[in-house]
This record gives sequence, C-alpha cells and structure tokens, in this order.
Amino acid sequence: MLETFNFRVIFEYLPLFWSCFLATLWLSAAGLFGALVTGTLACSMRIGRRKLIAIVAGAYIESIRSTPLLVQLFFFYFGLPSLGIRLSEAATGILALALNSGAYMAEIIRAGIQSIAHGQVEAAVASGLNYFQRMRHIILPQAIGVTLPPMLGQAIVLVKDSALLSLISLPELTRAGQIMTSERFMPAEGFLTSAVFYLLIYYVLKWMTAWSRKRLIYMQA
Amino acid sequence: MWGFYIEQLMHSLPFFLKGLWMTIAVSGISLVVGTLLGFLWGIIRSSQNRILKALVGAWVDIIRGTPFLVQVFIIFFILPEFGIQLEAFPAAVIALTNLAACFICEIVVAGIQAVPWGQREAAISTGLNWYQQLRNVIMPQAMRVILPPLVGQYVLLIKDSSVVSAIGVVDVTRVGWLTVQRVPQGLLVFGLVALLYFIICYPLIQLSNSLEKRMSSGYSRGKV
Repeated sequence: MLETFNFRVIFEYLPLFWSCFLATLWLSAAGLFGALVTGTLACSMRIGRRKLIAIVAGAYIESIRSTPLLVQLFFFYFGLPSLGIRLSEAATGILALALNSGAYMAEIIRAGIQSIAHGQVEAAVASGLNYFQRMRHIILPQAIGVTLPPMLGQAIVLVKDSALLSLISLPELTRAGQIMTSERFMPAEGFLTSAVFYLLIYYVLKWMTAWSRKRLIYMQA
Repeated sequence: MWGFYIEQLMHSLPFFLKGLWMTIAVSGISLVVGTLLGFLWGIIRSSQNRILKALVGAWVDIIRGTPFLVQVFIIFFILPEFGIQLEAFPAAVIALTNLAACFICEIVVAGIQAVPWGQREAAISTGLNWYQQLRNVIMPQAMRVILPPLVGQYVLLIKDSSVVSAIGVVDVTRVGWLTVQRVPQGLLVFGLVALLYFIICYPLIQLSNSLEKRMSSGYSRGKV
C-alpha cells in the first residue's frame, strides 16, 4: 500500500511544481489564443463563397479532427526540422496545440453563426440598423452567448492536452511528475500532485462555463 | 532522396500494421467495456440513490478534470504499490476503459435528462417497475439523444489511445516514434501514422454527423 507516501518530498518539490504550473498556464493561454485566431480564420474561410478556399479549410478541419494530437505533435516535432524549419520545443508545442484546437474552435464558431436565425438579420436591416449596430446589438450578444460555453469546454480540453507536451520534454506539470519519478522514484507523489494542480484549473474553468451558461443568452447550438 | 525513404517505409509497413492492430485492440476492448460501464454509471447518476450518485459524480469529475496521460502514468506506476504488477497493455486498457466509462456516463445522463418527466410519470402510473420503465420507456427515447455524441466520443477515445504509447505499448504512434529514429523523415513517418488513424476515424465522424441528422429529424418536441 501507499504507507511510504511522503508529503515532505512534495513540499520539497513544490517550487518546481509551482513554476511548472505557471508554464502549463502560459502554454495553454498561448495555445488558446492561437486556436482562437486559427479557428476564426478557418471558419470564415470555410463558410466563405470561394469554393477552393472552403475546400482547403474543410480539409484542414477534417484532417485535424481525425488524427490524434500526439501524432500531430510528433509530426511537427520530428517533421519540421527535416524541412529545415527549426523551432524551439515550446514553439512546436504551442503550434500543435493551436492548430489542433483551432479546428474545433472553427466548428464551434460556425455553429454559433448558424444558430442565429436569418430573420434576425433581416429584421435588423428592416429596422434601419447599420452593419455595426447590427453586430453590436443583434448578432454578437447572441453569438457570444452560444459560443462561449463550448469554447470554455474546448479550453478545458486544451489544458489537459497540454500534458502531452511533456513528451517532447517541455517543463510543464506532467513533466514535473516525471522529474520527481526519475530523481526520487516517487511516481505516486509526483503524478498525484500534478493531478491536483490540473483539477484546480479544471474546476475554475468548469465554474466559468456554468457561469457563462447562466449569465449569457444561451441556446444549444 | 524521398524515394529512398519511401522505400524504407514500405519495408517497415508490416510493423506499422502490427501497431495499427495494437491500437485497434486497445481501443476495441476499452470501448466495449467502457460503454457498458458508462451506461451503468449514467443510469446510477440519474437514479435516486444520493450516495452512489455523489460517488460516481465525484469520480467522473476527477477523471474528466485530469489529463489522460497523467491517469495512464498513475495507473502504470502506482498500482504496483498496491501489489498489482501490470504489464503496459493491461494498464493501458484499464486506463482507457475508465476514461471511456466516465465520458460516456455524462452522455448517458444528458440523454436520460432529455426524456420529458411526463414520460416517466406515465410509466410509473402504468404500473411498470423500475427496470421496465428504463428498458421500455426511458432508454428507447434517450438513445436518439445518446447515439450521435456516443459515436463522436468513440472517435475521441480512439485518438486518446495514442497516449498509451508513452508507457511503451507498441501501438501505431509508438511504431512511428520507433521508426523515426531510423528513418529521419518525420513528415513521412508521422504522415503515414496520421493516415492510418484517419482511415479509422474519418468514417466514424461521418457516421456521427449522419446519425445526428437522422436522429434529430422528426423530433417534434421543439427546442430541446
């Protein structure tokens, strides 16, 4: 049993876990920002009028959704150098996270846009609102209400996915557990501490999701 | 230049197919057992038993809130401390089964909640017992809501199975990782790995989409 479970060592390693926790937050935030940009871009390309561009965006979204993040990560990590592109581990990790979540973001944004009935836009035009007024008062309040909860859900997925970056030896929370395992052979202490930190982020994001669902105009997209 | 590497890759194709078989084995076993467990837990969570509900709810929350990689490491490294020595393969299957059960549990709960309360009341007043209510009234209707996201969840779980390569299960991701040490062409090697996953996952995604269209049509209850 776990009678050797050693809290003292956890305290000794707490500074490492704290810095790795911050690294996880930072990597996830950067990945999330990249995902929002990629997602908006891919979505507008996909629903645009140009056929060819729509097909390219569709191919991107489908191929990301049909392959695991770990394979995408290794694809960039081992593949980019053979094209002569040398990125740091952190840049590779953020790139993989952003491109992966970007595809899901694109689908979320598309569902949000499509959830607004066309009659709403027509009514706004008929009332004489100009483009910015329509956006500000009619479309965005509804679109944000519909897209924010699933976007926060995707943010939860992204934080958990960032654990995979430990496999390209980026110093983040899971890596801290691995370091503790290899230095002291204390996997229980190490990985359970990582898990507690992840749960902390999870509960904050989950609470935000529940809040956004209650506070904003929410319809299931 | 590339031709040479492609030829080398073709030589190790049987190795890749072996890895693919491992991926299918791990995810196949986990999905079947995980679906059964997930339905069981979903039904428990929709039941009246407060204590069981809270226990399952807490466990599902913990599993959904931590990365799968951390769960795999915990199962692989910590179970031996309880005197259970596990090879990589059973450890992977246990971890993925548990993950599948927890995510499917949530889908089942949502499906059962989507069935209007009046249906249950009608079933009770008809004199059906608990099992009959579930079997003949609630579940057939809940399945329409459950099925499309269930297939979508299968895709996510098959993709998650790539993570078990981290504890040395020689699945198709691990084969790619081993191959890239010999054939230094990451784009080719992991392009091939990605293609193999794509062949499995893409049809399932399409199936999920078409199920969603089929199941939602003719649903005349207005907005859910």
